[in-house]
Amino acid sequence: MGSAPASDDIHLRPGVRTAVKILVVGHFAVGKTTLVGTLSEIRPLHTEEVMTEAGALVDDLGGAHGKTTTTVALDFGRLTVSDNVVLYLFGTPGQQRFTELWRDMTRGALGALVLADTRRLGQSFDIMGVLEELGLPYAVALNEFDGAPGHSLEEVREALDLLPDTPLVRCDARDRHSSTRALVSLVEYLLTRTSELEHA
Amino acid sequence: MSPPRPRPSGRLVRPYVVTEGRAHPSRGTLDLVTLLIAADGPPPSGLGPEKRRLTELCRPGALSVAEVAGHLSLPVSVTKVLVADLMDSGHIVALAPIPAALPSDARILKEVLDGLRARL
Ligand SMILES: Nc1nc2c(ncn2[C@@H]2O[C@H](COP(=O)(O)OP(=O)(O)O)[C@@H](O)[C@H]2O)c(=O)[nH]1
Ligand SMILES: [Mg+2]
Repeated sequence: MGSAPASDDIHLRPGVRTAVKILVVGHFAVGKTTLVGTLSEIRPLHTEEVMTEAGALVDDLGGAHGKTTTTVALDFGRLTVSDNVVLYLFGTPGQQRFTELWRDMTRGALGALVLADTRRLGQSFDIMGVLEELGLPYAVALNEFDGAPGHSLEEVREALDLLPDTPLVRCDARDRHSSTRALVSLVEYLLTRTSELEHA
Repeated sequence: MSPPRPRPSGRLVRPYVVTEGRAHPSRGTLDLVTLLIAADGPPPSGLGPEKRRLTELCRPGALSVAEVAGHLSLPVSVTKVLVADLMDSGHIVALAPIPAALPSDARILKEVLDGLRARL
């Protein structure tokens, strides 16, 4: 990359001023944590968001008092993509009932990479529905597990009811090259949309 | 094969958060990727242990709100409360949180794309 090394393994390089984020979403065990770990330049981190049962974010230390709370896990990593821009990848399960959290996470996000497993395509439906509701553009990456049934991309596109221009790629979340390619497909798509909006 | 999902129409509108120019941003303006760094201002001596840890963590260089939460093993919401207090007391400053406006989107996306392609 030709960029100066960080002063340590944790902190951002001094010139980095702009941070952007992309969400990595998908159902349980689809490979989100694996993909974030494969791509991240730092040891992936984990944090959580605490929500009340009603779906409101708990926004102060005493805010959860007397209410049932739910914890949503976030795995994340980062890639410094230029001298001044850093990309954060947030992996999170995308359940409908956490829509408030999604709003917080998707605010300002560039887009989302939806990981899907050909053995459980139906489980990706809710997630894509939430993204569409929130207006967050996405690409779909088929994480091909060993022994998963081989379908053509056309069959999968139809099964997932994707729009014609939604990118659909195969990916191995354990492989850096393959995972990077999946992100490239997403960002290429985002860039196309931007120029379409500008010229609309 | 499957019933079509309802699709919202209309173009994408992103609610951007801009703290720029505001001396005391509330915690509501803090994003997961707001970048934080310790200020050369007041000494952290008067701070409680958690706020002191947070300030020291952000001393050697910038980190996002999410990273601070991860390193300190705190939920994001709690981290935001601490950060907002530390910004008000002048111990922590935020770098620009999110690329500010639509026209810069293509430029940022291009930069991200080039950075990713360079890894292939
Ligand atoms: N064969 C295969 N296994 C994978 C792949 N990606 C993830 N796994 C495995 O699937 C399991 C679940 O992955 P994980 O990343 O934890 O899923 P998450 O719940 O979506 O975060 C782990 O044991 C991974 O090693 C893949 O591309 N191919
Ligand atoms: Mg996981």
